[in-house]
Amino acid sequence: MAGLREEFLAGVRAELPLLLGVVPFGMIFGVLGLAAGLPGWAVVLSSSLIFGGSSQVVFAQLWGAGAPPAVSVATVGVVNLRHLLYSAAVAEYLRALPWRWKLLLAYLLTDEAFAAALPRLRDGPATAQRHGFLLGTGLTLWAGWQLSTLAGVLLGAAIPAGWSLDFSIALTFMALLVLSVHRRSEAGAALVAAVVVLPALVLPHKLGLLVAAAVGIAAGLWLRRFERGAA
Amino acid sequence: MSTGVLLLSMAACGLVTFLIRLSFIAFGQHLPNDPRFTAALRYVPPAILGALIAPEIFALNGSVSLAPDNPRLWAALAALLVARLSRSVLATIAAGMVALWVVQAGLG
Repeated sequence: MAGLREEFLAGVRAELPLLLGVVPFGMIFGVLGLAAGLPGWAVVLSSSLIFGGSSQVVFAQLWGAGAPPAVSVATVGVVNLRHLLYSAAVAEYLRALPWRWKLLLAYLLTDEAFAAALPRLRDGPATAQRHGFLLGTGLTLWAGWQLSTLAGVLLGAAIPAGWSLDFSIALTFMALLVLSVHRRSEAGAALVAAVVVLPALVLPHKLGLLVAAAVGIAAGLWLRRFERGAA
Repeated sequence: MSTGVLLLSMAACGLVTFLIRLSFIAFGQHLPNDPRFTAALRYVPPAILGALIAPEIFALNGSVSLAPDNPRLWAALAALLVARLSRSVLATIAAGMVALWVVQAGLG
């Protein structure tokens, strides 16, 4: 039976290839956070306080645009709402753990740590030490994210605005969107939200993103009724 | 706004995110297990991503423009194609940035 240490190291090994995509994103966020008007310390600190790539980008944009804090917090919450699904998916494998483990693993439960750990938790042997694997993927991603954000902040000032590097965030979102869409109703939800958000940009307090996401989710649920075999 | 407000806003964002991640791990037995709720959650990522992407392409400098002389529109289409074919985040970013620089150079 694999011990905690072996599980942890296996988790680290499973996460390392994913850092190829995460490290450039972290560096770009570091650059963009400065460009959006956040001070350098806040960009770096947001990586450990919020610890969620897309939501940190959204927070930087909203802060830079002068959105009220309540709207920023609500929007970040909606952007990270998908983590409810991850929490539900890993909960049964962590049920017997003491609280300090539950708190630590919940903090580390990001997209990439979850994606790399779920196959082990779900399909691997049901040992008492398997949570070590999730700790391995989670901590590896955490360290990679902190260091790449810091590198982005240090490099930030050196990258010319003419390179339009801010566009790479939209490109990252587009890649994530293509990877996350498995049904027509999901593509429909994205399309409707994209169309609604443009006129919704005039809404006060930067509420457009929340409104567009809500309309997109409603459209997805409506379209879902026309899909055969939808559960 | 002040440093204190910024720090508190980030801490609140972090707390909300942490509680979302902790939800089922800590309180699973008390949370609703409604299939409609799970179905709605499925549409959160595509809806949020769609709403995040569109302004980055069509609403630069605060005004919405759907004109075909927008370099970001063509770069986005190229990136979408590469994303569908490669299913790779890195290839999508690389293709989109190169396409943007080429179109910008062509139009400029």
